Amino acid sequence: MEFTLLIVIIPLFVFLFLALAGHKLKPGIAGITGTAGMAIAAALSYAAAYIYFFDTAKIDGVYQKITPVSVEWLRFTEKLHIDLGVLLDPISIMMLVVITTVSLMVHLYSIGYMHGEKGFQRYYAFLSLFSFSMLGLVIATNIFQMYIFWELVGVSSYLLIGFYYTKASAVAASKKAFIVTRFADLGFLAGILILSFYTGTFDFDLLTADKGSLVISSTAGASFIGLSAATWAMALIFMGGAGKSAMFPLHIWLPDAMEGPTPVSALIHAATMVVAGVYMVARLFPVYAFATPEVLTMIAYIGAFTALFAAIIAVTQTDIKRVLAFSTISQIAYMMVALGVSGFGGHDGLGYMSSMFHLFTHAFFKALLFLGAGAVIHAVHSNEMGDMGGLRKYMPVTNITFLIACLAISGIPVFSGFFSKDEILVAAAHHDTLLYVALWAVAGLTAFYMFRLYFNIFWGKEREYHHKPHEAPRIMLFPLLFLAVLSCVTGLVPFSDFVSSDGKPFDTHLNWSIAAQGVSVALLGIAFAMVLYRKESDKPARIAAGLGILYTAAVKKFYLDEIWMFITQKVIFKCISAPIAWFDRHVVDRTMNLTGQATEKLAWLIRDFQSGKVQSYAWMFIIGALLITVWAICM
Amino acid sequence: MIPMEHYLIVSMVMFFAGIYGFIARKNLLAILISLELILNSVEINFSVFNRYLYPEHLEGMFFSLFGIAVSAAETAVAIAIIINIYRIRQDIDVRHIDKMKN
Repeated sequence: MEFTLLIVIIPLFVFLFLALAGHKLKPGIAGITGTAGMAIAAALSYAAAYIYFFDTAKIDGVYQKITPVSVEWLRFTEKLHIDLGVLLDPISIMMLVVITTVSLMVHLYSIGYMHGEKGFQRYYAFLSLFSFSMLGLVIATNIFQMYIFWELVGVSSYLLIGFYYTKASAVAASKKAFIVTRFADLGFLAGILILSFYTGTFDFDLLTADKGSLVISSTAGASFIGLSAATWAMALIFMGGAGKSAMFPLHIWLPDAMEGPTPVSALIHAATMVVAGVYMVARLFPVYAFATPEVLTMIAYIGAFTALFAAIIAVTQTDIKRVLAFSTISQIAYMMVALGVSGFGGHDGLGYMSSMFHLFTHAFFKALLFLGAGAVIHAVHSNEMGDMGGLRKYMPVTNITFLIACLAISGIPVFSGFFSKDEILVAAAHHDTLLYVALWAVAGLTAFYMFRLYFNIFWGKEREYHHKPHEAPRIMLFPLLFLAVLSCVTGLVPFSDFVSSDGKPFDTHLNWSIAAQGVSVALLGIAFAMVLYRKESDKPARIAAGLGILYTAAVKKFYLDEIWMFITQKVIFKCISAPIAWFDRHVVDRTMNLTGQATEKLAWLIRDFQSGKVQSYAWMFIIGALLITVWAICM
Repeated sequence: MIPMEHYLIVSMVMFFAGIYGFIARKNLLAILISLELILNSVEINFSVFNRYLYPEHLEGMFFSLFGIAVSAAETAVAIAIIINIYRIRQDIDVRHIDKMKN
């Protein structure tokens, strides 16, 4: 299985090639190079998945973790060292497949979407850099390697959000994304350090082996402000995951990240990078489940709150990419809840399995939604719902594929989202009624806002278009169709045969009563959206007016941005940073300046000695010699 | 035999005359001549001390010989420098030569 290393290495070389030689290439060649590299990586991932699942990795019916490549990179002590390597287990294989597939589709789609853009080669270089980092993240053998690639995906996300660097809003958004996630990563790093301080290892294998017993035994007794060291470590590590996966209250960067090119939003801010937090929790799942179940409960509640919160905001947004962004936040929170309610092993691990399942299906239908939105934006040159309407006549393929994705995300049977969402609802219902009700409500809201989006774009009143909207070119339609097919069929994958919390396959079957509840609320949402938005009417405006302040608050995203601005600008900057800056300028700097100024003054005083007059030097020399003589005689 | 003090008085007069000239004269050549006076007074001292205090040794004499050779070489170099300064500035007044470069 050593060839899996190539999956990571190929995008790296493509990146280096395009970054160093890209400006000399024709844009088309650069695009084809990037796409070809990704295609090879995708093919290798499929091969790896096939070999892993059907050929080698099962021993006594349990999927083994295998480490085909591992190099020691830095050694601190006998036990504590940082390795770089490849770890293959069901979830990393699943992620390899998802990332390379979506990335390949986005590469293909971008050839059409980004056609004629300035910096086309740079765009492909960054896409390859991102793919490299994300693939490196999922195959990490230890938490430190994960952290390294974690930061790399942050950088490439920053570069791609700020791709249109002449646009002030894109620059602001890229900075915001970087700073917010970096702030969260501070927690991640602190967590890693605490964890490795006690356990003396970074290795995932050792940390998660034997039900996390290493963490439990090594942190026993250690505590800080009433919480045990393990709780602190795992909660701080989760903070990093919450930043990347846009959990409340660190979600504020994701809607703004939509300033980047739409295919980038599809790849990074919907399908892959933002699920890194979920993946990380899944990777450390045995530790969360056995050493710190209280953190897992916290994750479940944060997730449920975020899911509901983001879904409510999504209902009111008018920028189509922002609706999708909030829907992404909500769906990722769904996966977090599923992990939070999960137990370990066998059927108890249903939440774990369903979380990964939802990650898998969501990647495809959300990428499809974004790419479809990209095709719409490409056609009407606007992000605003108000500028769209009646597009189904002009863009039939986009219409159908978008509808499929909407059905999938709403959890309508046969489409993929139904299966994964149903498993999550079952897992939540087993665990906690409150969480179940929250998720159930979110399912209804999801269906409502997705179909609000759909009807507003493709139905509703036809607008005055400057020029007739046209269907996207074929190179953009192929990814749409391909992902639409995936959105239809991925739900039928018997996922629990491949991925489970303990590596043992188990049986799942649809829970009809819960499925019926989920589907009925989704249908209700769709029906509601159809009544309100299928034909242009004043009903939505009337409802909005009726809700009054609640509606305004949701449009303003519950003033979270403003609260963060207040906290950072007014509290942190004014009360902490400003005094520190004053101290630096007036005490530290002034001490240094005084030293310098005193030296200069003294130099001015004595500079006349150095006149350059030879005879005055001679005088001094003689006087000095005489004085020494006199002194010598007197002594 | 002439007493040693007589020699030393002569050399002392030469030495201080040299010092005075070195400080007071403004012409580089005059300064160079004063320098020669100082050196020569020192060589006289070497020879005299050697002759009167340690007649069986010759180190003082050799020191004098070395001193003469060194001062000859040094004068040659100094004259070369002075000529070059003159070529550049048409002036060998020591008061005007107070910068390392122009």
